[in-house]
Amino acid sequence: MKILVSVKRVTDPDVKIKVKPDGSGVVTEGIDFKVNPFDEIAVEEALRIKEKLGGEVVVVSVGPADASKEIRSALAMGAERGIHVLCDSFIDPTVTARALAKVFESEKPDLVLMGKQAVDGDNNQTGQMLAEMLNLPQACFASKVEIDASQKKATVTREVDGGFDVVEVDLPAVITSDLRLNEPRYASLPGIMKAKKKPIQELQLSALGIDVQPLVKWHRFSEPASRKAGIKVPDVPTLVEKLRSEAKVI
Amino acid sequence: MGNVLVIAEHKDGKLKKASRAAFTFARKYTEKFGGKLHILVIGQGVAGVAEQCSKFGAEKVWLADDANLAAYLAESYSQVAAEAAGKASATVIAATTSAMSKDLLPRLAARLKAGMASDIMGFTDQGYFLRPVWAGNAVVEAEITTAVKVVSVRGTEFEPAAEQASASPVEKLSVALNAASWKKRFVRFQEVKSARPELTEAAIIVTGGRGTKGAEGFQLVEKLADLLGAAVGATRAAVDAGWVPNDLQVGQTGKVVAPDLYIAVGVSGAIQHLAGMKGSKVIVAINKDEEAPIFSVADYGLVADLFKAVPELVEEIKKARA
Repeated sequence: MKILVSVKRVTDPDVKIKVKPDGSGVVTEGIDFKVNPFDEIAVEEALRIKEKLGGEVVVVSVGPADASKEIRSALAMGAERGIHVLCDSFIDPTVTARALAKVFESEKPDLVLMGKQAVDGDNNQTGQMLAEMLNLPQACFASKVEIDASQKKATVTREVDGGFDVVEVDLPAVITSDLRLNEPRYASLPGIMKAKKKPIQELQLSALGIDVQPLVKWHRFSEPASRKAGIKVPDVPTLVEKLRSEAKVI
Repeated sequence: MGNVLVIAEHKDGKLKKASRAAFTFARKYTEKFGGKLHILVIGQGVAGVAEQCSKFGAEKVWLADDANLAAYLAESYSQVAAEAAGKASATVIAATTSAMSKDLLPRLAARLKAGMASDIMGFTDQGYFLRPVWAGNAVVEAEITTAVKVVSVRGTEFEPAAEQASASPVEKLSVALNAASWKKRFVRFQEVKSARPELTEAAIIVTGGRGTKGAEGFQLVEKLADLLGAAVGATRAAVDAGWVPNDLQVGQTGKVVAPDLYIAVGVSGAIQHLAGMKGSKVIVAINKDEEAPIFSVADYGLVADLFKAVPELVEEIKKARA
């Protein structure tokens, strides 16, 4: 099995992001960047499949020069090599998917894994778009993945509204990970040392022969509507009294 | 200006109430930019759903009813929706945000070579879509530059459309389907049976967080929810720990809810959780840590040990009702 995993460099999800006063964007100065948590789950799943069935895990990231750090993080977890599609301009999921499609065509993996959404743009689009562009089946929001390598099939459990949807897809397919797919491992110290020597191929987005103009452009940013804190109640009876007579909700 | 095609969702032969939010979006959008509402129903044996959809003032309801469409697949439904968009002369294709539309709409957008805006909360006079980014800590005006635009609509930001007296015509849409081309087969749907209302449709939600410390503590949350006829929600931490399934997760990466009453039990109030519930009308927080960020959005905060406070709350509500 050759597995292509896409990782995105995102701002630390545990830090509250603020809008710039002029509304031109969000403040990222002084904020740590990390591998998108859902992509980290995808990397873990790829590694588990490889450890079971053999093969190779190739990590790809479309992003600025600094995203090599996130590729190294995935290599430290155990992926074999990296591909870095360098891009400094603003792109949208369509452009990312086009770039990944190019990488797919040259790498010809048996499976593509990525997170269901990146926690910065919160689009939840790239995997589905990539699958359509490559005319591949998709299995999004996976909570369980079982590979049948001999039949070139995967059975994927998807967590959807009201239950679990189980589908069988022919490989290659695009699978996006949800939260409960697995618990990603921590990179070991030897893993981190080894990752430094693993190869990362650099490609320029502009040299891939694709249209790099985003279909969606971002304009003004604003703060979301805020909500004020109310009161503290001293005890349970007071709470029930307030909910009944003041808020009238129970 | 073209029309707005809304993909309606249904379950057990009933139009989902959540889809009505997208009808309202379409009404507001067409009032401003022209065009008419069209509705698309996809499935097998769903003529009754099309009938229900005909009461919302649409110019036409398109019905794709086929044995091959009995189970939802993004591959087949996107093909049908793309054909319907053409027939309906739609320049905007919309659906209320849900597990299905999240899966379907990006694939449809790629098929139509259209740009997509996810989980929109509104739109500006220029037609830019307002949408949350960075776990709802910022709202951006997103401009879709393609002539055809795909949007998912945040259900809590638009009132459910009311039924009207006049009925829209229903037109059958037949699409040549080739199941082998999808390279995907539906295996089964394991319904998680629950007598409780669905999260996105509940008037009251009781949510448990890390503070419930496990499946056992979570039962207190469920007990309170059942007393109130409420839906049960969970934080990412509770889902992560495996105490409850993923579809109960409230937050930016789970479900966005806005019930009349939201009771957060043992919930610290992480950024991404707040993004999913701060639109609720009344918020109650019970947490023993008085510094917990959840109190910054709560109308009524109770600093207490949930293992004592929740059983007491159950008794007090029973007493008050008696």
